Amino acid sequence: MTWISDAAIERLRAETEAPPRGTDRYDLHGEIGRGGMGVVYRAYDRALSRDVALKVLAPSVGAEAEARLRREARILAALEHPGIVAIHDVGSLADGRPFYVMTLVRGEQLDGHVQRVPSLAPRLRLFDRLCDAVAFAHDAGVIHRDLKPSNIMIGRFGEVLVLDWGIARAGQAAGAPDAHQTADGTVLGTSGYMAPEQAEGSTAIDATADVFSLGALLRDLAAVASGRRRRALDAIVAKATAADRRARYQRAQDLAADVRAVVDGERVSAYAEPWFERAGRLAWTYRTPIALVAAYLLMRVALLLWSR
Amino acid sequence: MSAGHPDAFPATRPSIVRAIRSADSTARERALDALTRAYWRPVYAYIRVRFGRTAEDAQDLTQEFFTRVLEHDSLAAYDPSRARFRTFLRVCLDRFLANEHRDEGRLKRGGSVRIEPLNLAAFDGELARHPIAVDNDPERWFHREWVRGLFAAAVDALAARAAHEQRDLALALFRRYDLDDDAGPERPSYAALARSFEVSVNDVTNQLAWARRTFRAIMLERLRELCDSDEEFRREARDLLGPGAA
Repeated sequence: MTWISDAAIERLRAETEAPPRGTDRYDLHGEIGRGGMGVVYRAYDRALSRDVALKVLAPSVGAEAEARLRREARILAALEHPGIVAIHDVGSLADGRPFYVMTLVRGEQLDGHVQRVPSLAPRLRLFDRLCDAVAFAHDAGVIHRDLKPSNIMIGRFGEVLVLDWGIARAGQAAGAPDAHQTADGTVLGTSGYMAPEQAEGSTAIDATADVFSLGALLRDLAAVASGRRRRALDAIVAKATAADRRARYQRAQDLAADVRAVVDGERVSAYAEPWFERAGRLAWTYRTPIALVAAYLLMRVALLLWSR
Repeated sequence: MSAGHPDAFPATRPSIVRAIRSADSTARERALDALTRAYWRPVYAYIRVRFGRTAEDAQDLTQEFFTRVLEHDSLAAYDPSRARFRTFLRVCLDRFLANEHRDEGRLKRGGSVRIEPLNLAAFDGELARHPIAVDNDPERWFHREWVRGLFAAAVDALAARAAHEQRDLALALFRRYDLDDDAGPERPSYAALARSFEVSVNDVTNQLAWARRTFRAIMLERLRELCDSDEEFRREARDLLGPGAA
């Protein structure tokens, strides 16, 4: 008859949850992140003498999550882009749990970073880079489906990296069983940034679901805007987060183009600007030729008056 | 346990809670067996320690309780949306003990459920060697003893598996490193274990990994049996094995 003390119960809990101390190649150090299905550790790659991030399946999750982790690794391998964290290796720990190794991102999460960026232009530049990475994934047939501040890291040199592709969908036929739902129908994703059709558990999820999330992120970033720019950005957010996905931007690059138009003072497709605002914008855009023409006309008038 | 995937969740199957209400007598019998296996330790400890009954009384009452649960179809009243199953079972146990006290001497002893008397006697010996403090919260107390029982049963099953697969070293290392309290809170290093067992550190790592993986798989399989839904299973798995559950 086995007796298990309270201390032994705690040890068993900790030991069955903690991964083995490493592999032939990687030494595991502290935990740096945790999600629904996996735990990310800082690790040291002895073969290449560098720090990396190692994501391993949590111990008490099942075959479904294991398949998600493997799918995430394959998706990352298919997405080589400076805005998408790079995968380096896959394997299994001594206890059988699968893992993959990726670049250790040194930086901070988007929401923490922008706290220290009070002006609009650098915020919108980050957003542009984010849209670029997401559009790249969409072109490769991958939809992220969980874009939110904690999944976006800003590196030390301002690089934008999209993380956590655990519930991403890659090249799946419409109506097929979908990875944003677990077997018992639980919807994966994060409310507030999740498109309504995704929250409702629809299997017909496309790139416009990510456009919705980008719109929600833009809403956060645009909070410091004012005047015409604020009105235009609000219109862009409203279009990107429309409840009806057909009313949204159909591509991330279209959304990014409208945001760039705000920065450049050009026409924004989502914003029906009043005539005086349009006149003002055009006057500002063509201020140099207008100034030249005005100067020329003034000179002519002056000459005319002088010749009399 | 699903073949080929020792870490995987056991496949979904009708829980014992539902099977125990089944019209199929074989399914009901199997379910009662699983229910008894999972709960006899906390039930016995509850009667023996919290209610201070003698060993003989506690053994009889434990048998009688499970018999009544089956014969009187008490579990039909269980509503998963209102409480965890073990809370419901503890309330049934409280009611049973109150009635038993009132009808003392009139209850028939034993019945269709048989828990191995040797197990009860051995468990009683362990209770005597490891006194359990009684606190004021019966729910928390019953839960803790349920967890202890589940872990203990999983260790017993692991021992059987290790014997079958000739993994004596894995079991011995697991007992020394994870179960023994003799060394105090400081655990021996893997190197010290390797010297003590005259094996390599690598062997210690691999054998312990096997034991923990198998232990976890057994735990999850037992737990799955006891839960009425996948949601409840995940919640319980998170409670038992840490926050990384699905």
